[in-house]
Amino acid sequence: MSLDKATVAKIAHLARIKVPEEELDHLAGELNNILSFVEQLNEVDTGNVPPMTSVAAQKLRRRKDEVTDGGYPQDVLKNGPETAEGYFAVPKVVE
Amino acid sequence: MTQLTHLTMADALQGLAEKQFTAVELTEAHIRAMEKARPLNAFITETPDQALEMAKASDARRAKGEAGPMDGLPIAVKDLFCTKDVLTTAASHILDGFQPRYESTVTSNLWRDGAVMLGKVNLDEFAMGSANITSYYGDVINPWSPGEPGNWSRKLVPGGSSGGSAAAVAARVALGATGTDTGGSIRQPAAFTGIVGIKPTYGRCSRWGVVAFASSLDQAGPMTRTVRDSAIMLRSMCGFDPKDSTSVDMLVPDFEKALTGDIRGLRVGIPKEYRVDGMPAEIEEMWQKGIEWLRGAGAVPVEISLPHTKYALPAYYIVAPAEASSNLARYDGVRYGLRVDGNSLSEMYENTRGEGFGKEVRRRILIGTYVLSAGYYDAYYLQAQKVRTRIKWDFDQAFERCDVILTPTAPSGAFAIGEKMDDPIQMYLNDVFTVPVNLAGLPGMSLPAGLGADGLPLGLQLIGKPFDEETLFRVGGVIEQAAQFTATPPFMA
Repeated sequence: MSLDKATVAKIAHLARIKVPEEELDHLAGELNNILSFVEQLNEVDTGNVPPMTSVAAQKLRRRKDEVTDGGYPQDVLKNGPETAEGYFAVPKVVE
Repeated sequence: MTQLTHLTMADALQGLAEKQFTAVELTEAHIRAMEKARPLNAFITETPDQALEMAKASDARRAKGEAGPMDGLPIAVKDLFCTKDVLTTAASHILDGFQPRYESTVTSNLWRDGAVMLGKVNLDEFAMGSANITSYYGDVINPWSPGEPGNWSRKLVPGGSSGGSAAAVAARVALGATGTDTGGSIRQPAAFTGIVGIKPTYGRCSRWGVVAFASSLDQAGPMTRTVRDSAIMLRSMCGFDPKDSTSVDMLVPDFEKALTGDIRGLRVGIPKEYRVDGMPAEIEEMWQKGIEWLRGAGAVPVEISLPHTKYALPAYYIVAPAEASSNLARYDGVRYGLRVDGNSLSEMYENTRGEGFGKEVRRRILIGTYVLSAGYYDAYYLQAQKVRTRIKWDFDQAFERCDVILTPTAPSGAFAIGEKMDDPIQMYLNDVFTVPVNLAGLPGMSLPAGLGADGLPLGLQLIGKPFDEETLFRVGGVIEQAAQFTATPPFMA
């Protein structure tokens, strides 16, 4: 499998990262190097091997479904680049 | 009196208890050292005022007989831990100006036990790197670099990602520092700077409030100048935390008590697969020395096999970027940090993330996005997680034959800034001995074993069974005694 420039542009869009057109070729080369490096994993026989889901055998804990935190909107909004009326503000999304 | 900045934590605690000096005096000495060490670029944010306030409060507690296990000890905090109202950057442009309104559990635990924060130390951006050369805030210089500060004949990397932590501790700026380790980020910089670092078992230290890189691999741990100091600091850092779903509800042992010096009859596994091609002879020699030291103390070396070792790095470079691409989705210019405007919401996201992430982070997010994308998930991510299971099984089997494993920490000592930078894979190979430990969730310790031919420190790594950090401390104490590593870097603040 080898990534071309168009695929890299598509992945960059999926990841919502703007990549300048002139960097796409170089980036494709780097990503292909990494992908061919990881290709060797196919040599490993994983026929009856379950994928790892947790390093330690432990069940996720459960707790009561109740509100245990909150009530400080000013703290939540404090680091927002743009806020208004107790909300985070973003560019207009509805015409 | 011995210079206050050269004390171990254990000695500093004794000096404080015996009123030889106060926490304020100890802290002032370290603040001066922090200023003097600025050419290393170890700190992103210095917090001297806060340090002095914390030191005063510590002296007051001690006067009342209420001193905690780390009371009055000045430490540095990797800038990946959220600290309340103190800039927290993850060394990334995208977190510009971020001042959390909360404190990470690990740092809360340290302050609870009386530690004093000197400041926030530099790292690779989002902890992605092995040389501390991907920080938005500039490279960190290893204090072992030859020459004079600001006029080094060769600028060496301190290792990464916890490079600022390692440089600060080695240069006698802080008695200890917090680090985090996803693929070797505590152990490799510890080895490169001649200090001790331990990545505890996954689940020991809470990840709550630590900026996430790869959640199934990330663990916090201490970096100090002695094994005993790591035992002191780890005990304060870890403990059950209901806010981290993978935090383990287990009693925290008094790790210092494990330093008995008695390893008679202990079986030490020597994995044959860790003799990699092209490994310098001095690394191999250091490893042999380590084996002899342990044999001399009554331990029994046994050859073991970890057949899937060579697949650890490729598995890691799927799993870690996949988790990172998901974790880093939150940096979108809406809730914190940098925002770069655009004509639409989507354009704002793309502009912000395009400008906010550095090249290494971008590369890993793109790899992660690709391997998780429709049609490729099974071939890459699922296969990597299956290989990860086999790596874990290798260790399970090995630990039926041995109690602890001894390996080199890294395939080389510190290299110069500018080396190994053209090819990401070359850089990734630094972590060949440390990555398997994260993939299996095991505890690992690096400690200085001696100097290489170029006069730079080399580290040995101990790998333990899950939640058996005590054996690491016990064996680490013996190696420390035998190695008598007293060399100091050319630059000390």
